[in-house]
Formats: sequence, C-alpha cells, structure tokens
Amino acid sequence: MLELSHVHKVYRVGAFGGGRLRAVRDVSLTVEPGEVVSLIGESGSGKSTIGKMVLGLFRPSAGRITFEGTDITTIRGHAARKEYYRRVQGVFQDPFSCFNPIFKADRVFEMVRSSYFPRTSDAVWKDKVLDALATVRLDPGNVLGKYPHQLSGGQLQRLLIARALLLDIKLLVADEIISMLDASTRIDVLNLLADLKERGLGILFVTHDLSLGNYVSDKSVILRKGAIAEMGPTARVFDNPLHPYSRHLLSCVPQLHRTWAEVDAELEANPPEDVTLPTADDGESAPLIEAEENHFVGIDQG
Amino acid sequence: MTNVAGAPGAADKAGSAEPAGERKVSETLHFARRNPKLLIGLGIVLVFLLIGIIGPFFVDHDPNEYVGPKSQPPNGEYWFGTTTFGQDIWAQFVIGVRSTFLIGVFGGGVAFLIGTAVGFVAGYKGGIVDEILNMITNVVLVLPALVVLIVAIAYLDVRGLFVQGVFIGLTTWPWAARAVRSQALSLATRDYVDLARLSGRRTWRIITAEIAPNMSSYLVMSFILLFGGAVLTAAGLDFIGLGPSNGVSLGLMLESAVAWSALQLGMWWWFIPPGLGITVIVGSLYILNVGLDEVFNPKLREL
Repeated sequence: MLELSHVHKVYRVGAFGGGRLRAVRDVSLTVEPGEVVSLIGESGSGKSTIGKMVLGLFRPSAGRITFEGTDITTIRGHAARKEYYRRVQGVFQDPFSCFNPIFKADRVFEMVRSSYFPRTSDAVWKDKVLDALATVRLDPGNVLGKYPHQLSGGQLQRLLIARALLLDIKLLVADEIISMLDASTRIDVLNLLADLKERGLGILFVTHDLSLGNYVSDKSVILRKGAIAEMGPTARVFDNPLHPYSRHLLSCVPQLHRTWAEVDAELEANPPEDVTLPTADDGESAPLIEAEENHFVGIDQG
Repeated sequence: MTNVAGAPGAADKAGSAEPAGERKVSETLHFARRNPKLLIGLGIVLVFLLIGIIGPFFVDHDPNEYVGPKSQPPNGEYWFGTTTFGQDIWAQFVIGVRSTFLIGVFGGGVAFLIGTAVGFVAGYKGGIVDEILNMITNVVLVLPALVVLIVAIAYLDVRGLFVQGVFIGLTTWPWAARAVRSQALSLATRDYVDLARLSGRRTWRIITAEIAPNMSSYLVMSFILLFGGAVLTAAGLDFIGLGPSNGVSLGLMLESAVAWSALQLGMWWWFIPPGLGITVIVGSLYILNVGLDEVFNPKLREL
C-alpha cells in the first residue's frame, strides 16, 4: 500500500545554506493494509522526518514514496492533495501544540467536516463524531465544547485520533502518539491501534520506545542516523537482533529483576554471533543485507 | 446517543467552565484599564478624533476663505486667531485634524494590507517565494522613500488625499512585511498548522484562520505604527508644498505659516496649533502603542 523506495532527505544548514545535514538516508520500506510498522530510533534518527514526508508535509530530496501506486511527490494542486488526505492521516507527537489555542478543541472536527463533508446534515455528522469519540473511549460530554487548555494531554491526543477516524483512512501515521500520555491511558491508545489494525488500517508507528514498538507492531524498523540499521518482523528483530546498534539498544532496556552489571556480564559471557554488515563507501547509499528471511541488516555507522 | 450535552450542533452553552476566549478578553481588559500609558494615549487620540469628526460641522465657511480681520491673535470670535489674510485658523485646524486622521487610516491601511500580505505569504510559503518577496521587501526598504515620494508626487497632476495615501502606503510597507514575516515563520511550523493542512484547508484559510488570529495584538500594533508613520510622512510632504491642492491639512497650515513669515512676525497662533497637533497625535499614538505592548505582553507588565 505504502512504499518508500530509496528515500533521502537532506537539509541545508548553516548561515548561507552551505552545510548539508542528511536526515534520512536511503530508506526503503513498505506498509501493507492491516499492518503496523514501527519506526524505532533515537532523537535525530530521522523517524519523524519520514512520517512527515509520508504525510506530504516535507518533500523527499530523492527517492519515491508511493501510496497505492501513485508517487505522492507528483500530487499537484489542492484538490488532489485533499483526496490524498482523505485516505492518509497523521497524529502528531505533542497534542498541546496541535490545537489552535484560541479556538475550541472540537474545531478540529469542524475543519474535517467543512473540507470533506460539506453536505452532511448536522444530525448525521453528530452521530459520526460521537461514534469516533466512542471508538477512542472518550466521553463526549467531557470533551466537546471545551478549549484545549481545559483538556488533558491524553484527551487531546485521543481527540486527534478520533479526528483521523472521521475520514475513511487507509493509512495512519502515528508520530510518537504515546509519549505524551501517562501510563494508564497509554494502554488504551495502544489497544485502540490494535483495533484499527483489525479494521485493515495500515499504521506507521513512529516511536523511540522499544517496548512500545514490540508491543504493537508487526514489523519493526530500527533507524540510526537516518539509515535503516535493522528491519524485519518484530519477533525476529527483538529475539535475534543482528545489528550491533540494535543489540546495544536492547541491552539498554531496563529489566525489573536484574541489575545492569548482571546484564553486561551475561552479554560478555555469550557474545552474540557477528553478522557481516553491508558497507557504503559513497556516504550516501545505505544498502541492506537479508540475513535471514525478511530480516534485513543495514550499514554500520559507528 | 444523539442527546449528549455539548455535542456538535447541540446549542447548549450552559454549564462548563468559563470559555478561554472570554477569559482572555477580560484579562486583557483588566490590564488595559490599569495601564496609564494606554489610557493617556488612547484618551488624547480620541479627543483629537472627536475634534476631527465633530469640529468641521460647526464650521460654516470654507477654511481658506478670507472671513475675518487680518493677523488677529486668538480671541472670542476666532478661537485660534486669523492668518495674514484673515483666514480662520480654528476652522483650518479642525478640518486639518480630520484630514490627518484620514491620511493615517488610508495611507497606514494601504501599507498594512501590502505589508501583512507580503509578510504572511513569505513567512508561510518559505523557500523560493520567501526569497523573492524578501528581496522585493529589501529593495523597497532601502529606497529613499521621501525622495521617491517627492519625485512621484511632483510629477502627478492629480493631487489629493487618495493619491497621497496610496503613495505613502506603497513606500512604507516593508518593515511591516518583515515583522509579520518573522512572526509567521515561527507560527507556520506549529503542529496545528500542519493539522489544518491535513484537513485539506487552503493556504489563505490557514493564514487567515490559524496564523493571523494568533498574532492579532502584533497586527494591531503594526497598524498603529503605520498610521503614525503615514501622518508624519503626509505632514512632511504637505510642508514642502506637495500636499493636496486646495486642500487643508496640518502640514499645509505649517507650510503657509512659514511661507508668510509667521515666525518672523511673531504670529505664534498660526504655526503652534498645527505643529503641536501633529506632534501630540503621533506622540500619543506611540504612547498608546507602548501601553498596548505592556497589556498584550505579560513580561512587560508593571504589577
């Protein structure tokens, strides 16, 4: 459904735009209907940039992003762009900054209505909104007609998910949607994502949290400095990490009944088998090697 | 399921907390009423505005007509005295104040429209559009505006408030464009702007509905400064003899006062009212602006 093929994003930096910052380097991945793909990476690994490129907010510097066969960078004009957003929607990391502070929070629904459902009657629309709110387990009486500062981060985040559900979307880009939520609402939103997956939605789940990626996704993509370090079915990536960076990441997840020293000692006692990593001499490409079936490792960037 | 309180379409505003919009307005009012700079500035501007609006209705003759005795100091009949030719200075003054406000609103308005349009488009669009608009802005910014105005207006046959306002507007917009651009640049990267894009909104609606309301105080203050600037520029042009032909304005009064040696003859009542009028109007506009800045910007409030 969604396919990224050798996508690059290079920013110009510096006073005269002379410097180059390679935020995304040669990333290729696919998202199928009913599949949750986690993009896991540290800050600055390019994961949010990939999300924004898929949403058409940034243009890739090179490479193709195709959605259902059309290259999205060739979408021109307001009408075509609007049609694209009918099928692809995003939810951003910081719910507090997603609402214009001077308007009521449910204006985000009204914007969708005036753009996409101008002929829907009030009653039908109201049912639709209440339906969407029920899906995200929000009490309409608590959230409608309120200003953003009167609602909690979790409520705002779920309003944004409800907003995306008003459209008949095929792909949801969820950019760190969990990180602003407290632990008790986190699991609700994660389960909601699983429900959406059941409905056949493709979800690109951007996160920096390994355990969330593990919990929710079918496929995991670990990013490092803009390039894919490791990609494969979540179970394989987490049970048998092949890239040194993924191993390092996984060893950094705190464990409840063991101290760091014990973990490190165990890792040293049975060092994992090394795999041959691909190399990229040109500093631009980032080839992948299929180490086992559907399980890829990328270049080592130190 | 459809009878939920607060659902869209359900017209019940009862209950719930005080809306933020109202709260914000009342908070602004609270600080506005306690800000002496704002009150003094606004008071003086309003007094002059009233003089300009109401005064001319009590003048039953042409202000340039020779109605009274020559060179009279202020007295009961001619409140501000008369000129060397016996023109009523009070009549000239009230009509001059009116045209001062007109030129301020018109010239400032033209500059404001151009400046905000250029600034918003440049700041929101970015990239090559920004580069081009910024270049144009900088070119106009470094043009010696007064010289261009003098040349342009000197060659025009039609002279009047309208032409003068358009020309002032066309030359004074650049700084407003730069100020608005820098604000729009920062607001355009907010997530709610991205969300409006994802909602299929057009660019101009994003600018007018998402970005502009968040900098409304900034826009008000820009307009006031442009207004003051237009008043000063118009007075300058009038003073050097490029004002509206056969019109009346404070600048033209100053011009004729100087032309007929009011200074040397000690006719202070001829040049003090227009000079003081311009100074006080523009000065209180700036004081008003500082007051507004303190009201809108919590960091500047004196508590």
